[in-house]
Amino acid sequence: MSMRKVQAIVIGAGPAGLAACIEIAKAGGKAVLIDENAKPGGQLFKQIHKFFGSREHRAGVRGYDIGNQLLQETEDLGVEVFLDSPVYGLFRDPRGIMVSYMQDGRERALLGETVILATGAAENALTFPGSTLPGVMGAGCAQTMINVNRVLPGKKVIMVGSGNVGLIVSYQLMQAGAEVAALIEAAPSIGGYGVHAGKIRRAGVPILVGHTIKRAMGRDQVESVEIIALDEKFQEIPGTEQILSCDTVCIAIGLTPLTELAWLAGCQFTFIPSLGGHIPIHDENMATTVSGLYVAGDIAGAEEASTAMEEGRLAGIAAAEALGLYDEAAAAPLKASVWARMDALRTGPFGQKRHEAKALMLETAKGGTK
Amino acid sequence: MQENKAKNHRVIKHPILPAEAPCDVSIFVDGQEIPAKAGEPIAAALLTAGIRIFRQTAKKGYPRGIFCGIGRCTDCVMTVDGQPNVRTCVTPVRAGMKVETQIGLGRWAE
Repeated sequence: MSMRKVQAIVIGAGPAGLAACIEIAKAGGKAVLIDENAKPGGQLFKQIHKFFGSREHRAGVRGYDIGNQLLQETEDLGVEVFLDSPVYGLFRDPRGIMVSYMQDGRERALLGETVILATGAAENALTFPGSTLPGVMGAGCAQTMINVNRVLPGKKVIMVGSGNVGLIVSYQLMQAGAEVAALIEAAPSIGGYGVHAGKIRRAGVPILVGHTIKRAMGRDQVESVEIIALDEKFQEIPGTEQILSCDTVCIAIGLTPLTELAWLAGCQFTFIPSLGGHIPIHDENMATTVSGLYVAGDIAGAEEASTAMEEGRLAGIAAAEALGLYDEAAAAPLKASVWARMDALRTGPFGQKRHEAKALMLETAKGGTK
Repeated sequence: MQENKAKNHRVIKHPILPAEAPCDVSIFVDGQEIPAKAGEPIAAALLTAGIRIFRQTAKKGYPRGIFCGIGRCTDCVMTVDGQPNVRTCVTPVRAGMKVETQIGLGRWAE
């Protein structure tokens, strides 16, 4: 059977996938971008806040503007994009890597000389009595509803988790007109940036550290929650229960990389909790243990959008080099400049941990575990 | 922080985002007509109308609604135009769609 073969197939049209396509196209390569969603951009379009970092990371630019810039660039470069096309299979083939996907209700397949997985991550759930009631949802889900679809998922919200997602989404829920009744955090201190925490504190939202949710109550949907204080060993302190009325509970307790396709392809994995759990082992070129297969963005360890774009660029440049579009001398400085920018993003009290986790990943890739 | 700017559940006025396009189509939820915007996820139209219970579980009839919003968890599935188990968080609205609260695993239309 003859099958269309392209130089690169990029799966996932978020910041990492778009950046990867841009780099392959800039190198003169032909990339096909496949995404299951109706619109490209991944989770960029719900990020209405200004990004951090330096000017070259487009700091001070809002997430959706970065999304529009990336889309414009991919369009200008003539990248072919398949939307509404979920990828369900990835197979090693003597001719390359075969990617199976659905389009218009039919199974289709493409062969890629190289494939870049940029599938992102999904929010973690938290289990407690009442956690399945309508009104309990991921914080990212609520963020999509208010900022993309312009609908409030509820009017009175309890936020669980004080990382940057919990802090930023709390503020954005208030901008959209909801009340945030409280933000609770099991750890003894706030997880995210002080500047974000300060904004919601000044707005009068109580941030209760050392607290967890015990249960959500309501007949057919959330009407209230019971929270309880935790000691330094994360054990509940009897007698500290409080009932708070609310109609929505948002869960912001971290992300897990969406690695199904990497497992299918036979990649070797390592377990790094600070990056979200099981991660396909990848080297300094974002190359996995499967020849021709690369990862970029949250699938390679949940971080944030600016780093995802840099990892996408790196994977794109490395794939272009593997395809012979760049020789080593041309690729080396391009990769070095991406690494310099990524190192700059992975600094500070939060970035340092990610820097160390990624350094451990490179050690693992070098360590002959293949 | 600021006065409640949301009218019903639609976010009308926003400090950063531009003015929002009005609803341009109708869909039918368990026979009831509600306004919606073509192309938005079905779940967004339902939440706008104040509908939060999308289905009942198969064994115990517990209520479920939207959870992940990215088509992963399948908690928000409903019967749409006779097809059960449609993920309403990622399925766009089309004018005149018939959406039904799904009981258990749902049933295909005759």
